[in-house]
Amino acid sequence: MTAATPQATARWHLWLPLVLFGAFVVLLLYGLLRPADRDIKSAMIGKPLPQFALRPAAEGLPGLSFADMADGKPKLLNIFASWCVPCAAEAPQLAQLRASGVEVVGVAIRDKPDDLKRFLTRNGNPYSRIGADDASAIQFEIGSSGVPESFVIDGKGIIRYQHIGDIRADQVATIVTKVREAGQ
Amino acid sequence: MKRALLILALVAAPALADDSMPAAPYAYVQLENPAQEAKAKALMETIRCLQCQGQSIADSDAQIAGDLRSQVRIRIKNGEDPEAIRSWLVDRYGDYVSFAPRVNSLTWPLFAAPLALIGLAFVLLRRRFAKGGA
Amino acid sequence: MIATLGLAALWLAAALAALQLLGGFLALRSPENPLAMAVRPIAVVQGGLVAVAMICLVVVFCQTDLSVLLVAMNSHSAKPLLYKFAGAWGNHEGSMLLWVTIMAMAGGFVALVERRLPEPTILATLAAQAFVSLGFYAFLLFASNPFTRLDPVPVEGQGLNPLLQDPGLAFHPPTLYIGYVGLSIAFSFAVGALLTRAVSPTFARAMRPWVLGAWIFLTLGITFGSYWAYYELGWGGWWFWDPVENASLMPWLAATALLHSVSVLAARNALRAWTVMLGVVAFSMSMVGTFLVRSGILISVHAFAVDPTRGQFILALLAINIGAALTIFALRAATVTEGERFALTSREGALVFNNVMLTGALGIVLIGTLYPLVAETMGAQVSVGPPYFNPATAIFVLPMLVVLAIGPLLRWRRDSMGRIGKLLLAPLALGVVALGLFALQPIHLLPLLGLGLAAALVVATLIPLWGRNLRTLKLPTWGMVMAHFGVALALAGMASDSAFTSEKLVAANVGDKVELGPWSITFDRVEPVPGPNWTALEATLHASYAGGEPIELKPQARAFWSPPQPTTESALATRWNGQLYTVLGEQAEDGRWQLRLWWKPFVTLIWLGGMLVALGGFLALLGRVASDLRRLVAIDKIAYRRTRQGR
Repeated sequence: MTAATPQATARWHLWLPLVLFGAFVVLLLYGLLRPADRDIKSAMIGKPLPQFALRPAAEGLPGLSFADMADGKPKLLNIFASWCVPCAAEAPQLAQLRASGVEVVGVAIRDKPDDLKRFLTRNGNPYSRIGADDASAIQFEIGSSGVPESFVIDGKGIIRYQHIGDIRADQVATIVTKVREAGQ
Repeated sequence: MKRALLILALVAAPALADDSMPAAPYAYVQLENPAQEAKAKALMETIRCLQCQGQSIADSDAQIAGDLRSQVRIRIKNGEDPEAIRSWLVDRYGDYVSFAPRVNSLTWPLFAAPLALIGLAFVLLRRRFAKGGA
Repeated sequence: MIATLGLAALWLAAALAALQLLGGFLALRSPENPLAMAVRPIAVVQGGLVAVAMICLVVVFCQTDLSVLLVAMNSHSAKPLLYKFAGAWGNHEGSMLLWVTIMAMAGGFVALVERRLPEPTILATLAAQAFVSLGFYAFLLFASNPFTRLDPVPVEGQGLNPLLQDPGLAFHPPTLYIGYVGLSIAFSFAVGALLTRAVSPTFARAMRPWVLGAWIFLTLGITFGSYWAYYELGWGGWWFWDPVENASLMPWLAATALLHSVSVLAARNALRAWTVMLGVVAFSMSMVGTFLVRSGILISVHAFAVDPTRGQFILALLAINIGAALTIFALRAATVTEGERFALTSREGALVFNNVMLTGALGIVLIGTLYPLVAETMGAQVSVGPPYFNPATAIFVLPMLVVLAIGPLLRWRRDSMGRIGKLLLAPLALGVVALGLFALQPIHLLPLLGLGLAAALVVATLIPLWGRNLRTLKLPTWGMVMAHFGVALALAGMASDSAFTSEKLVAANVGDKVELGPWSITFDRVEPVPGPNWTALEATLHASYAGGEPIELKPQARAFWSPPQPTTESALATRWNGQLYTVLGEQAEDGRWQLRLWWKPFVTLIWLGGMLVALGGFLALLGRVASDLRRLVAIDKIAYRRTRQGR
């Protein structure tokens, strides 16, 4: 009688490795089947933009500051650069957004006035203002990890929505809705 | 394979982000004060590069890693505490950006693991040596 | 033609593996079954056939036979022969064929030479080996056939990824693979012994050379891989706790534990169930490693041939093989008695401590590597990196290294610290002095502890030679001492690198002079240099150590053009007391060049130590195999005499 009890517990212990291994396989299976979403999302949604003032990035267009963003109207803040290939690809979509009444402002990352001018001539200019960010400083402040990225900012300068990567044609409607929501 | 190559390219490539701007002031320049530089270096080794993902900003040629190194060094130079800079980054990018996990309701098992493993070994071995002591 | 031959050989080998499994299974019931009698020859022929398939693949690569899809995808007629040759396994399909080849040849070798164990155990072992092999044959033939043909035949191949065109490719992956796959033999032995209830010291002695062999190759593979990353990535780091690095470290930790527990089982008939368990764990870590590297489920710097669908197949194989083994373990381990008992202060006690600590470190690495995935199931993204791994593994590794100084001096069964205390005085004193000296400098806690411990260990690991006749000392003892000394050196290198590295980042004009620690470095010129498939900007530096004769260094910034990819090629100056590491960066607008310079005192001890550890393993293997062979010959002689007397 007394001898049987420890043996019973011992047997139960022996199944433990298999159970742990089963959990391990399930974890790996989850890792394999999950959608491969490797984007780093900003943790600044719902928080205000920092106080900033960027010098004008292109001739003939004003620069960008916090006061320009918090003027009561919602805007789309587009982080881009003339040297970035997908940024050229999203130009028609930005033009479309502009046409549907969304105010688009730009932050040009590590860009030169001449390059930027050429870029705007070639791809059209949807921006009402472009600020120059030469050290990715605003990017870090709002939790953006690459170009292009677009942020919906409401009239008080609070970040409402982040779009990572270039805006595709079928995503324009979503962004228009997000900007409208931010305006309410 | 394509994705693997892409990752390799991101790791290796300053040329992928093909801008012609000079590097940020402290991207490839050390702080004048060695103690501050040591602090900055220790912090940079534990911050994830946002584009290359597998590497820290201290080990990357990516442009954005250089910009972030510059930010870190300037903030350290201005007397900011390294942990305050880490929090500033975590506030913006989430826990993912820091290689040093913080203890919270999600990560406590990581920190309990060493204790749990030692406890387990103790339980398994105590029986063994107690019986076999003679 | 050759490709067809290779494919036919592969199919035949797979069929033989099925027969081998069946025969081994029947042998469990009735050893006299004719198929059971044929298991050994089948295993040998199977090994030969896969070797033929592998040779066929190497031949089609060397000939650049573009009618083979794999060759067309990964090779090019104008590639140097070394990379054509190594290109055979520089891709997913070829590397899996290499995996099966090593596995089947090892199985054939066991069938040919292993005669110490009871026959049913060997047959069960070969059946287990066939079971594992069959899964990989299926993977090869149905999901990654290396011999798939291409019609029409293309004019030229696509070439090999330039980043892989490094002599490292010819050496690093096959070395790690031999290690990974060698552990499958230990796994099969463990399963065979469980099935036939034959866990014994003889079993441990039969398994030991395989564990040792696999472990030597894992050690070499990791050491070399670390050095490759160190000089290739261009920032002076040699270990990043990256998932792919951890994937190679985990089987090594398990194999190291197994190596020590097998000694206890062989010498003292203790730790029986535990050793069997480690045999299963070690190979499962190999498969987990392969899975992590191939599936790409974790982000890594060293991503290679990533494909989630292949991941599913490997995961299925992992689940079936290890799941089956653990089920057999659960059913049978209760019948494996615990074996001999021993006191805490004894050789066994120290080895148990070693096992507990290595397993603990393995647990930490496994948990840390997979925790980001666990967090994702709860909808959060976290990173686990050096700030976690360094201290968490040190909790286990540092105490283990303290016991490393003591364990080899202890006697089996029962001993007292009083007996060996005097021997340890010298290393203890040295360690304390080193700690005291370095504590005065601004060094972080972990490197400081590492330096003190390394100072003590460098002496302590040599004490087992004290008072022994070095001429008659057995090879395995030499091997142990050398491996432990290697660990001490590697620890010294790691600690010294973290504690004493000095770094200088400068923007320099041609002609400038830079001071770095004891070095004085002149920046002489930058010139374009053409390569076979790249162009580089090459700097010429002259570095003089403490005013001595200048050494020339030529770091490059390379641009490959197909596919376009920039890489940095560091230039290293190695001295007995460390390495100067130089990298050429970009040119700024003002014409100055970015130079990155590091002086890393004693960093080379890391890899020298790793090589010594492997060499120690090799000596031990040599000693074990030699004495096994002598015993085998002696047994044969006795058997021969008996048959003659019988007549």
